[in-house]
Amino acid sequence: MYKVLKRQELLEKGRKELEELIKSARQLKIRELLSSKGGADHPFWVIVSKEISDHVRSWRFIILLGLIALTCLGSLYTSLTSMGEAVDADSAEGAFFFLKLFTITDGTLPSYVVFVGFLGPLLGIGLGFDAVNSEQSRGTLSRVMSQPIHRDYLINAKFVAALTVISVLFFALAFMVMGLGILSIGIPPTLEEFMRILAFILLSILYVAFWLNLSILFSVRFRQAATSALSAIAAWVFFSVFYGMIVNVIARVTQPGAMSGPGKQLAHQKFTMILQDLSPSQLFSDATLTLLMPSVRSLGPLTRAQVVGAIPSPLPFGQSLLLVWPQLTGLVAVTVICFALSYVYFMRKEIRSR
Amino acid sequence: MDEPIIELKELTKKYGSFTAVDRLDLSVSRGEVFGLLGPNGAGKSTSILMMTGLTEPTSGSVHVCGVNSTSKPVEVKRRVGYLPEDVGFYPEFSGLENLVYTARLNGIPTGPARNKAKEMLDRVGLTDQGKKRTGTYSRGMRQRLGLADVLIKTPQVIILDEPTLGLDPEGVRELLELIRRLSKEEGLTVLLSSHQLHQVQQVCDRVGVFVGGKLIAQGDIPQLSRELFAGEAFIVEARVATRTFKKVKEHLEQLDGVNTVTREQELFRISCTRDITAEISKEIISAGAGITWLKRQEYGLDDIYHRYFEGGTENV
Repeated sequence: MYKVLKRQELLEKGRKELEELIKSARQLKIRELLSSKGGADHPFWVIVSKEISDHVRSWRFIILLGLIALTCLGSLYTSLTSMGEAVDADSAEGAFFFLKLFTITDGTLPSYVVFVGFLGPLLGIGLGFDAVNSEQSRGTLSRVMSQPIHRDYLINAKFVAALTVISVLFFALAFMVMGLGILSIGIPPTLEEFMRILAFILLSILYVAFWLNLSILFSVRFRQAATSALSAIAAWVFFSVFYGMIVNVIARVTQPGAMSGPGKQLAHQKFTMILQDLSPSQLFSDATLTLLMPSVRSLGPLTRAQVVGAIPSPLPFGQSLLLVWPQLTGLVAVTVICFALSYVYFMRKEIRSR
Repeated sequence: MDEPIIELKELTKKYGSFTAVDRLDLSVSRGEVFGLLGPNGAGKSTSILMMTGLTEPTSGSVHVCGVNSTSKPVEVKRRVGYLPEDVGFYPEFSGLENLVYTARLNGIPTGPARNKAKEMLDRVGLTDQGKKRTGTYSRGMRQRLGLADVLIKTPQVIILDEPTLGLDPEGVRELLELIRRLSKEEGLTVLLSSHQLHQVQQVCDRVGVFVGGKLIAQGDIPQLSRELFAGEAFIVEARVATRTFKKVKEHLEQLDGVNTVTREQELFRISCTRDITAEISKEIISAGAGITWLKRQEYGLDDIYHRYFEGGTENV
C-alpha cells in the first residue's frame, strides 16, 4: 500500500515538474518572439509599430477610411433594400442567401464587392506611394539607415505595417457588414458562407497588397512622391478603365469571320481571355465572383459537350477555390514580383542625404 | 592614442567612369578630432558613406573600430554615430520622440530610452524644446538634435558630415564648442567634414585636405603650412611712423637675411629668409622711427586652401 502511494506521489510530482517545464518553455518562447534581449523590442518591430502609428494617425488614412466606410454602408443599405426581390427560393443561389449581402444591388449604388475592387487599390496606393521617397526627402532615410539595422528591415517593415493596417481594416469592414446583415435580415451565415466570406476577405487583402507593392516600387524608383503617386494612380486607372477597352478593341480586330469553324472561335475566345487575365483587377473580379457566387461553374468558355450531364447546382467551397486557384496564383505572383523588384532596387540604392 | 580607429586603405569609389574617391589612405587615432577639408564634390561625403557602410567601395578596404565596414555594416553602425549632411527628423514627432525612436532602434528598451533621450536633450541644450514637434525646429536646433541623436547610442566614433552648413556664426560657434567639449569629455573620436576652413581650424587636431577624390595633404595646421610653404620667404609687415621712409628702408635692406623690402605708404613688407622679426623691430627703432604695428605673416588654412584649390589646381 505504501509503495503504491509512493509511486502515485512520484507520478504526480513528475507530472507537475513536466507542466512547470512546459510552462516555462512556453514563456521563454513567447518572450523570445516578442523581444531580442532584456525587454527591448527587436528593431524590426520598432519600425513596424512606428509605421503603423504613422498610418493610423495620418489624415490620408483617415480620409480613405472614411471614404471606404461610407461606401460600405451605402452598399450594405442598397443590398438590404433589394434583398427581398433578389431572393428566389427556387433558384440554386437561394441557398446562399447571406453572400448576397456582398454582391447584390438595387442599381443605385454598386455592391460591396465592386467598391472594394475599385477603392481597394486606392487604399494600397495611398499607404505606399511615399514609403521610401518621403523618408529620403525629409532626410530621415540616411539617419535611420545609419542605425545598427539591416537595410531590408526598413522596406520589409513598411510593407508589413501597411499590410497589417489593411488587413485589420478589411476584416473589420467585412465583419461589420456581416454583423449588420445578421441584425437586419435575422439569418446567420452558414459555415460554408462564412468560409467563402473569409476567403473573399483574404483575397481582397491580397489584391490591395499588390497595389501597395506596386506603389512601394514606384516610391523606391522615383524621388518625388508626387511622381510616384501619379504613376501608381495612372496604372490603377489604366487597369480599371482602359485595359478592358483595349482588350475589346483587340478582340474585335482579331475576330474570326462568322463562317469560321468552332475551333477558331474557341481559340479566339481563349486568346481574349488570356489578354484580360493580364490585368490584376480582372483576376480579382473573376476570383471574387466565383467565391461569392457559388453557381459560377467556370471562368472560361464551356462547350456544349462539357455542360451535358452537369447538374445545375452551386459548387462546393473547395471546388470554387479550385476554380480560382489560377487567379490567386497570378495575384500572388505579381505581388511578389513587385515586392522583389522594390527590394532589389532599395538594396542597391545609395543612400545620400536628401 | 596611436591606435587607429578609422583606417582606410587604397579606398576607391567609381561611378561609371567618374572616380569619386581615388586610392584613399587615411588613418585616424582614438580620441582625435579629424577634419576632412575640401571643396564641394571632392568626395568627402562618399568617403564617409563608405566608412559607415552605406555604400560599397569599388576597391580597397575600410575598417572602423577594427571592423570591416563593407562586410559587417551593422557592427560598425552599432559603434559609429553618423550625422548626415542636412539631417532630417520625423516632423510630426517631438524631438524627444525622435530620439526615443533612434534609441529603440539601437536596442534600448523604451523606459531607459526616454531617460537617456532627456539626458541627451539637456546635454545639447534643447531641454525646453524637447516636447516641440521637430517640424517647427530651426536649422540650428535640428543640428543640435542631430548631435543628440548621434550620441544616444553611446558611440566610440562620431562622423559628422558638414555639421556647420547653413548655421549662423553664433550657431556654428556653439556647435563646434559642443563637439570639442564632447570629444574631450568622453574621449570620443570625431571625424568631421567641411569646406569652411576657419571652423575646422578651431576644433580639429588634425586635418586632411581632399581634392578631386585624393587626399593631398594631412597633418596639423602648423605642420601643413610648413610642408606647403617650405623654402618660401618669411614675410614681416610693419607699419612705421616716421618722416624719413627712405632711411628706414635703407636700414632694413642692410639687415642680414633680408631679401627685399617694399613699401606702400607707411606699410613695409619685408621678405626674409628666416624669422628675424625681433631684429627688424630693433633696426626700425635704431633708424629713429616708431613702430605702430608689426606682424609676422603666418599661413593659416586659408592660404593652404587657396594654394590647393585656386592657385594650385594644375599641380593636383
